[in-house]
Amino acid sequence: MSKFTGYKNTFHILMKTSKLFKTLLFTLSLTLFFTGCKDAKTEEDPNKPKPVQVYQKDGVTVNAYDFAGLEYFLNRDDNTTYVVNFWATWCVPCVEEMPYFEKLGEEYKDDNVKVLLVSLDMPKMVESKLLPFIKDNDIKSEVVLLRDPDANSWISKISPSWSGAIPATVIYKKDKKSFYEQSFDYEQLVSALDSIK
Amino acid sequence: MKRTQILGLFAVASILIANVSCKSEGSKADEKKEGVEAVDSTGVASDMSETEVRSGYKVGDIATDFSLKNIDEKNVSLKDMEDAKGYIVIFTCNHCPYAQAYEERIVALDKKYKDQGYPVVAINPNNPEKAKDDSFEKMQERASEKGFTFPYLLDEGQKIYPQYGATKTPHVYILEKTGEGNVVRYIGAIDDNYEDASAVTKKYVEDAVDALLAGKEVPVKETKAIGCSIKA
Repeated sequence: MSKFTGYKNTFHILMKTSKLFKTLLFTLSLTLFFTGCKDAKTEEDPNKPKPVQVYQKDGVTVNAYDFAGLEYFLNRDDNTTYVVNFWATWCVPCVEEMPYFEKLGEEYKDDNVKVLLVSLDMPKMVESKLLPFIKDNDIKSEVVLLRDPDANSWISKISPSWSGAIPATVIYKKDKKSFYEQSFDYEQLVSALDSIK
Repeated sequence: MKRTQILGLFAVASILIANVSCKSEGSKADEKKEGVEAVDSTGVASDMSETEVRSGYKVGDIATDFSLKNIDEKNVSLKDMEDAKGYIVIFTCNHCPYAQAYEERIVALDKKYKDQGYPVVAINPNNPEKAKDDSFEKMQERASEKGFTFPYLLDEGQKIYPQYGATKTPHVYILEKTGEGNVVRYIGAIDDNYEDASAVTKKYVEDAVDALLAGKEVPVKETKAIGCSIKA
C-alpha cells in the first residue's frame, strides 16, 4: 500500500465518522481560503514609513519625511524603475525641467516607471508655495517633502558625488542606480532612463 | 461517498493553498526587507570607497587670489587685506532662499572673526543674465538692506568659482594665509541647519576658524549642504 493511498484511506475513515466534522472542515477551509492571507494582501508594504508631517490644502496632500523615511523611496526593490528628482519651487532650473519629468511619468506609466518629486522647499514655504504650485501646475507625479535640515548627514548617502546643488536626479531599479547633478531636457531624460530600465 | 471524498479533498487542498500562498507572501516580505538592508550597506560602503570626481579645490590646495568688483565699485583682492590671517570666502547670492536663510549668520561670522583676522569675503558667482535678481545693482541693494559688513563681489565672467569648484550658493571656502599661499582648510556648509539658526548643533565654519586661530587642525574639513546651483 503506497503512502498516498494510506492517507486517502485515513481520510475516508475520518470523513465517514462525522458529518459535523465534514461541515466544520469545509467551513474552516473556506474561511481560510478567503481570509487567510488578508493581512499579507491588504497591507501594501509594511515597510513604508510614516510621514513626519502631512501637509494639506485645496485637495493637495504632501507627506513630509526625514531622511530615514525618505530612504524607503530610494531603495524600493521591485520591478519598477524609479526616477527621483530633487527640486524646490524657488529653483528656476528645477521648475523648467519639471514638464519633462511629468511627461516621462505619463509616457512610461505602463512600463513600470514611476516619477517621484522630492521637494526641498523650506517648511515655512510649503503652504504658501509648494501646495499651490502642485495645484496650479496640475502635477501628476507623486510629490514628497524632504524635511531634514542636517543635509550634510544625508547628501552623500544619496550619492557620494552630489555636492548638494539642485536640481539633482536619481534613477534606479533594484540595485542599478545612476545619479545626475544637472538639468535635463526630455531626450536626455529618456536616455538616462533607458540606461537603467 | 464520492461526493464526500471530493469535498474533503477540496477542503484539504484549499487549506494547503491558503497556507502556501500566505507563506510565500511572508517570505517575499522578508526578502524585501533583506534587499533594503543590503542596498543600505552597499550605499555606505560605496560612500567610503568611491572617490569623488569633482573639479576644483580640495582641502590642502592653494587657492587663487582674484580681483573682483565690490558693491562699492572698487576691486577687491585677498592680498589687499594685509592684516588677515586667512579668509572666509563664501559664494552666495541674492535670489537663493538657502543663501537668504544664511545672510544674518554670514554677517555675524564677519563681525565675530574680522577683528580676529578672518574676514568674510562674499562672491556672487551667478551670471546676472541668467539670474536677474543677482545683478550688480541688485547686489548693492541687497547688501545695504541686509547690512552686509563685508565685501560682496561679482564674479564677472564667472571665472573664479569654477577654479574653486563651487557648485552652489551658499558654498564656503576657508583659507589660511601661509608663506606658500592661501591654503584651503575647509570646504562646505556654514552649519548643520539651514532652516533654523537656533536649532544649529554644529557650527562648522566657526569650529574651523576657531581651530585655525588656536593653531589646531580643523576638526571637520568638508561638509555638504543643499544649495542653489550656480547659474553660469
